[in-house]
Amino acid sequence: MPSTFFTEAPHWRWLIILYFFIGGLAGGCYFVASMLDLVGRPSDRPLARLGHLIAFPAVVVCGSLLIADLGRPERFWHMLLQSATWRPMLKTYSPMSAGAWGLLVFGGFSFLSFLGAFAGEPPRRGLALLRPPGLIGTLVSLLGGIAGFFLVSYTGVLLAVTNRPIWSDTTLLGAVFLVSSASTSIALLLLLGSRRGLIGGGLRALARFDRIVLVLELIALAALIASLGRLAGVWLNAWGALLLFGVVGIGIVVPLLLHARSHTPVSAAARAAAVLVLIGGFLLRVVIVLSSEVI
Amino acid sequence: MPEPMGFYTDTTVCIGCKACEVACKEWNQLPATNGGRNTLSGDSYDNTRRLDGIHWRHVKFVEQFNTDRSEGRWLMMSDVCKHCVRAGCLEVCPTGAIIRTEFDTVVIQSDVCNGCRDCIGACPFGVIDINPVSGTAQKCTLCYDRMRAGLEPACSKACPTDSINFGPIRELKQHAEARVEQLRSRGERGAYLYGADEKILGGLNSFYLLVDKPEVYGLPPDPKIPSRNLKPGSLWSVLGAVIVGVAGVLSLRGRRTDDA
Repeated sequence: MPSTFFTEAPHWRWLIILYFFIGGLAGGCYFVASMLDLVGRPSDRPLARLGHLIAFPAVVVCGSLLIADLGRPERFWHMLLQSATWRPMLKTYSPMSAGAWGLLVFGGFSFLSFLGAFAGEPPRRGLALLRPPGLIGTLVSLLGGIAGFFLVSYTGVLLAVTNRPIWSDTTLLGAVFLVSSASTSIALLLLLGSRRGLIGGGLRALARFDRIVLVLELIALAALIASLGRLAGVWLNAWGALLLFGVVGIGIVVPLLLHARSHTPVSAAARAAAVLVLIGGFLLRVVIVLSSEVI
Repeated sequence: MPEPMGFYTDTTVCIGCKACEVACKEWNQLPATNGGRNTLSGDSYDNTRRLDGIHWRHVKFVEQFNTDRSEGRWLMMSDVCKHCVRAGCLEVCPTGAIIRTEFDTVVIQSDVCNGCRDCIGACPFGVIDINPVSGTAQKCTLCYDRMRAGLEPACSKACPTDSINFGPIRELKQHAEARVEQLRSRGERGAYLYGADEKILGGLNSFYLLVDKPEVYGLPPDPKIPSRNLKPGSLWSVLGAVIVGVAGVLSLRGRRTDDA
């Protein structure tokens, strides 16, 4: 038996699964919105604004979930400050320590962009300067986007830097979570954007992005299973079925087929695809977290 | 600075009396029952079953019998935190609650720990868990408070057969190697030390004399440090970010003219 099977589960359950999912949406919506702001067209700005309006409230929810999950929630600040000396507490080689700071930094950038999104147009004065194309706005978007990428992927590295079965038997979970965060965030923006009537090139471009990311997700998941080697056999049960039919089938393959059949990103098929991608992204985190927790 | 201190547990003389478990619970004021629930395992004399936040010592009862039970033996082993020289729990702890002491032992400061539970999954031996009374992660401290006062830990003090030996690691190793030689010369060819050298996590400051494979005692054959995955995991994530970023820029920029 591999050595990882002699360890204990850390009791990371539904609050953590929700955090992984909502954290993925917060970071993902932010970096997609930043991309729209930085390389998109002026007509994409309402869609980018939507992303920024989602990211900050989502990251506030994330922080609350993490605090609620602690054995001693009132000591949450011990993650950031040494409780005896009040000096900063940072261990770069501990993913949870780096992640706590990452969450704080991302929270700061997403708050700035949230304010910028509230200020409206034109982006030339006041709080609107917090969004591109100005220098300050460009810097906020770039650095916040990098923090977003960190937020959505460190959770996978955190699972890998343990000794638990599956989690620490692969090094690809960070990349898998990152790609899945991109696909679920694009799906959420497509869904809410089409409901708000933001019809335009931005939505079509996002739908194209979504298709590429879904294919990347399929590749990343195949690589994940390959990297587990013989150990992937632990998924020859209900978890594996959920991974195959829920995550891959409902969450990736069916949405890709629906995308192929829909001519516009506001069609019923495209909306259904977006909902399925979100469900698949949630199930991915359920399978990854719980299939190891129960061992 | 004092020299590294630890335990050497000779499993061949353990009689399964559990005096160590009781002494540990008494000294460290750990609850005898888990919230009033006192359940029996039903398939063994071992009702402790595992190490966790309120069981810092656990005497394992390994029963090796053939099907008609005409032949067999009991292997008993008092399990405890290994106080690894390269400790996974200490590495991942985000609050700094887990420290290395002047005795080279690994201790969780209960007033600093906030119960994030990262150390539980990081421990290669499944030693740590939450103490429901404190809400923090707890495990053997190698009786840090007693050691500071020049006393030996409660478990080794209580052990009636000297299965649990406490002392400077250097002396314990000499003692243990002599015992392995003695056992081998008397015909117990399978006797060996687990964790006495640096091969396992730089050395275990609580090491064992075993007479069967580690797995038989519920010990991992090849325990590893969690940070082995940090660099490759981060690099794959960065690669993923670059690919998604490029895909995003290409999809958002490369539009047809009717895309507006």
